[in-house]
Amino acid sequence: MADQPKEVKLYGNEFSGYATMVHSALKLKGVAYEYVKEDLQNKSEELLRLNPVYKKVPVLVVDGEPIAESLVILQYIDDVWKNPPLLPEDPYKRAKVQFWADYVYHKLAPPASGIRRSEGDARKKAEEEFVANLITMEDGIREELWSAGGSFINGEKPGLLDVIMGSCYKGLKYLEDVAGVKLVEKDRTPLLCSCMEAFAELDVVKRP
Amino acid sequence: MDPPSSLKLLGSWADSHTHRVQLALKLKGLEFEYQEEDVINPSPALLLHNPIYKKVPVLLHSDRPVVESVVILQYIDETWADNPIMPSDPFERAVARFWCHFAEDKLAPAVGAVFSSSGEGQKAAVDQVHDNLKLLERELRDGAFKGQRFFGGEKIGLLDIVLGCGSYWLAVFEEVMEVKLVDPGTFPVFHAWLKDFEEQNEVKETIPAIDKLLEYARGIRQMMLRLSNGTSTTVPATAGTTGAINVAVDGSSG
Repeated sequence: MADQPKEVKLYGNEFSGYATMVHSALKLKGVAYEYVKEDLQNKSEELLRLNPVYKKVPVLVVDGEPIAESLVILQYIDDVWKNPPLLPEDPYKRAKVQFWADYVYHKLAPPASGIRRSEGDARKKAEEEFVANLITMEDGIREELWSAGGSFINGEKPGLLDVIMGSCYKGLKYLEDVAGVKLVEKDRTPLLCSCMEAFAELDVVKRP
Repeated sequence: MDPPSSLKLLGSWADSHTHRVQLALKLKGLEFEYQEEDVINPSPALLLHNPIYKKVPVLLHSDRPVVESVVILQYIDETWADNPIMPSDPFERAVARFWCHFAEDKLAPAVGAVFSSSGEGQKAAVDQVHDNLKLLERELRDGAFKGQRFFGGEKIGLLDIVLGCGSYWLAVFEEVMEVKLVDPGTFPVFHAWLKDFEEQNEVKETIPAIDKLLEYARGIRQMMLRLSNGTSTTVPATAGTTGAINVAVDGSSG
């Protein structure tokens, strides 16, 4: 069993869904940590030193050593603090969870970004792409991972995919307001809807 | 009579992501059946097992598919415990995963851009590759991998497999594109690591002969240049050749 780190610091920003994922994971695991809020328009020297490759939040600093990239950080957190587990024990199921986690970054994040940054036809195209990909994810998860029971993709308790989707919920709602379009609809993607809503209701999420 | 292997790999001979999986299976001493895929005309099996990305590699274990090469590598490591590919320490695992992400997200696209561009665009792409290699060189020389023979330590690990299966394209592109990508004077530690990696038996058995890779790259380059005549065209995907030869060739961007 890994030695538990003595000092954990998270560099983040409330507008970063990726930073929110890390907050959520740490809180779910009951990890004590210090939060350093970064101004994304005016990043600190320290952040640039800690993440010279990407110069972004979130960065988790563990006993002085930085880890960047939210998915890498989430897997690290799950490796060190075992309870509750975010990833399944079974290697095949783990591979499926990792596949869908990657899918969020490669197939949902880019069109979401497109919705935020573009207008007119380009925005409409991004919206359509986002919704289509979300439906693909819903269908895929139902087929490959989900077994009925519990509001979360992981079942009764949230797992990695619930942390990821749940942490993007606020950002998605904001996008819906900005774009004036419904991106997440219960009758289209009921499982993803329920996991995000259930996640938002968790004590650890509601408590600041 | 030996029972048929429960492992089957759908791959492509010139695809670096396929090589990653082949190498990992070899390092683990695992027998597997191999099926060559035409990436332009995927087989029904490939479309069935990887409907979302329709790409190689796909590892079938007792007919259950695992896709995405870095996911496959970790799956193999978790399922067969001997000759581990991943470090055991969680922080070292995070470091390995981070640089795998970097390899896919920054380095591979930059290398692909060298191949698919020309003129000013190519110069910018070459600079990008150099910037990315500088980051790796620094990490090897002074950072997380200081003093190690391989990224995985004394033996090849996840990051060696991910970076190494793809880095051979650097020498190929240097020749085909007549550019300098890995100058041993500028990147001595990276260069030494790459040479050492390529000398390992399992690696020599996995990576195709350089003349075949040169011929392949020249063929693709000629096709790209023929198609690029001031209009935007998409070159058919050669999945994972550098992770990024699926590009839109736009004559005006050079």
